[in-house]
Amino acid sequence: MTTMSSAEPTRRDFLYIATGVVGAVGAAAAVWPLIAQMNPDASTIAAGAPIEVDLAPIAEGQVIKVVWRGNPIFISHRTQKEIEEARAVDVGSLPDPQSDQQRVKQGHDQWLVLVGICTHLGCVPLTRQGDYNGFFCPCHGSHYDTSGRIRRGPAPANLPLPPYEFVADSKIRIG
Amino acid sequence: MSGHSTYQPQSRFMQWFERRLPIVSFMHASFVAYPTPRNLNYWWTFGGILSLMLAIQIVTGIVLAMHYTPHVDHAFVSVETIMRDVNYGWLLRYLHANGASMFFLAAYIHMFRGMYYGSYKDPREVLWILGVILLFLMIATGFMGYVLPWGQMSFWAAKVITSLFGAIPVVGDSIVTWLWGGYSVGNPTLNRFYSLHYLLPFVIAGVVILHVWALHEVGQNNPTGVEPKSDKETVPFTPYATVKDSFLMVVFLILLAWFVFYLPNYLGHADNYIPANPLVTPAHIVPEWYYLPFYAILRAIPSKLGGVIALGASIVILAFLPWLDTSRVRSAAYRPLYRQFFWIFVLVCIGLGWLGAKPAEGGYVIAARFLTAWYFLHFLVILPILGLIEKPKPLPNSISEAVLREGVPIGAPAPAPSGTKH
Repeated sequence: MTTMSSAEPTRRDFLYIATGVVGAVGAAAAVWPLIAQMNPDASTIAAGAPIEVDLAPIAEGQVIKVVWRGNPIFISHRTQKEIEEARAVDVGSLPDPQSDQQRVKQGHDQWLVLVGICTHLGCVPLTRQGDYNGFFCPCHGSHYDTSGRIRRGPAPANLPLPPYEFVADSKIRIG
Repeated sequence: MSGHSTYQPQSRFMQWFERRLPIVSFMHASFVAYPTPRNLNYWWTFGGILSLMLAIQIVTGIVLAMHYTPHVDHAFVSVETIMRDVNYGWLLRYLHANGASMFFLAAYIHMFRGMYYGSYKDPREVLWILGVILLFLMIATGFMGYVLPWGQMSFWAAKVITSLFGAIPVVGDSIVTWLWGGYSVGNPTLNRFYSLHYLLPFVIAGVVILHVWALHEVGQNNPTGVEPKSDKETVPFTPYATVKDSFLMVVFLILLAWFVFYLPNYLGHADNYIPANPLVTPAHIVPEWYYLPFYAILRAIPSKLGGVIALGASIVILAFLPWLDTSRVRSAAYRPLYRQFFWIFVLVCIGLGWLGAKPAEGGYVIAARFLTAWYFLHFLVILPILGLIEKPKPLPNSISEAVLREGVPIGAPAPAPSGTKH
C-alpha cells in the first residue's frame, strides 16, 4: 500500500506548517506599522501639553471656552443659584450619578471646568441653555445641568472633566 | 444565461489577438449578444445609469484633485479657488457635488426596483449582497468626500460620524483617537479622508465588476419574475438594452444638468460655506439628503450605543433580505399583499428622510421612533409572515404569455392584414 500513514507526520507536513506560521507572523509584523501610523503622531502628542488659564477676568455667570488638544474646554464661573440648583438634585435619580461636589475642586465650588464635547456624538453644546439652564447640545437634543451632568437626551454620560489643578487661587493648569 | 459569443474575428490581426487575449469576444458576449428578457421596463435602466454616474464621479473627482489642497489651513480656500479661479472649476465641482446626489438617487431607485420585483431571490442572493456592499462603500465614500471642503458641515459631519465608533464599549475611545490621528478631528483626519476618498471609488468599480459578473451568471430578473424559458423570450443586449439604457441615461443627465445649472446649491447646506470652526457647532446640523433616513434612525433611539447599533443594522439587514422574504414568488405584480406593504415601506423610508432633517424634539422624535420600528418590522416580521399567509395571483407560464396576446405585444396595434404594406 502506498497510502500515507496519517499517524506519521512527514517532513513536508512540518515544513508546510512552519512556513505558514512564519508567514503569518511576518504578515502581522508588516501590518503593525500600517495600523500604528494612524495613531496621533509625535507632534500632535507634544502639542497636547498642559496649558495655564487665568481665571481672574471671568465674571460671575460667565462661561469662557479655551482650546486644549484641539477640543473646547468650558470654564464656567457659576452663580450661587446655579450651584444650589446643581446640589438640590437627588444624585440617585441621575442617568450618570455624580454629585456636584465630585465635579468641582474643593473650596472652588464656583468654578466648573468641563470638556465641551457632548458625550453623545461630539458636538459642542450651547452654554446656559436647555431645560436645566446648563448646557444644551443642538445636534441631538441632550440637556445638561449647571454641573454639566446629563439629565435628558441621548448622551450616555456627563460632560467629562479634563485633568486640571489650581496652581494659584485664580489660575488653573489644564492637562 | 451567460451569453454565448457569436463573435468571429474577421481580420487576421484580430484573429491573432483573439487567440492571445479573448477580451473582444468576452465583451461581445457580455454587452452585445448577452440575452436580456424581452419585457424589461425602464426601472431596469438604473444599473447602466449608476455605471455612468460612477464614471462621471471618477472623472470629475480626478480633475478636482488636481486643484484641491488637503490641509486644514488651505482646504476651504482651495475649494473657493476651484469655484472662482480654476477654468470651469465651478462646473466640475457642481457636477461632482450634485453628481453624488444623483448617484444615490439612482442607487435607491435601483434598490427599490430590486425589492418590488424580488430581484434578490434565489439564485440572485450574492448579486444582491454585492449591491448592499456597494451601497455601504458609496455611503463611506460620499461621507469622506463631504468632509473635504472643510466647511462647518464638513467638520461637524466628520466629528459626529467618527464619534459613532466611540459607542463601542471599552475600546471605543481608542478607536476614535486612531481614526482621528489626534485628540480631535484635525489635519491628520482630513488627510486620511482625502486619501481614502480617492481610493474607495476604485474599490467600488472593482465590486461593480463582481456585481455585473454575478448578474451575467444568473441572468436578469424581469417584471414577471418568471425566468425566460427560450431564446424567443430574450432579446440581445445590443441594440435593445443599449438603446433603452442610453435613452434613460440622457433623461437622467438632464435632471443632473438641471441641478448643476439652475439649483447647484439646493441640495447642499449654506453652513458649509462657513470655514470649519472646532469651537462652534452649527445650530442645526443635518447630513446630506441621501443619509437622512439613516440619521433619523440613529436619533430615534434614546441611547448612544443603541442608536449606533440601529444605524448599522438598518443597512446590514438588507443583506439578509433574500432569507427574510419567505415568499417564492418574485414579482410584487403577483403578490397583492406584499405590493401594499412595499409601498408602505417606501413611504416609511421617505418619512424617515423627512424626519431626519427635522430637529430632534417633541413629536418628530415620536414619529421617528414609530417609523424606525416599522422599518425593522418590515424586514423581521412582515416579510417572513407575508410569505406564509399570502395567496399570490397565478403566475404566467412564461414571459411570452404575460406580455404577448396571440403573438402580438399587449397594447400594440393589431398587425396589418397581410398583403397591405404601409
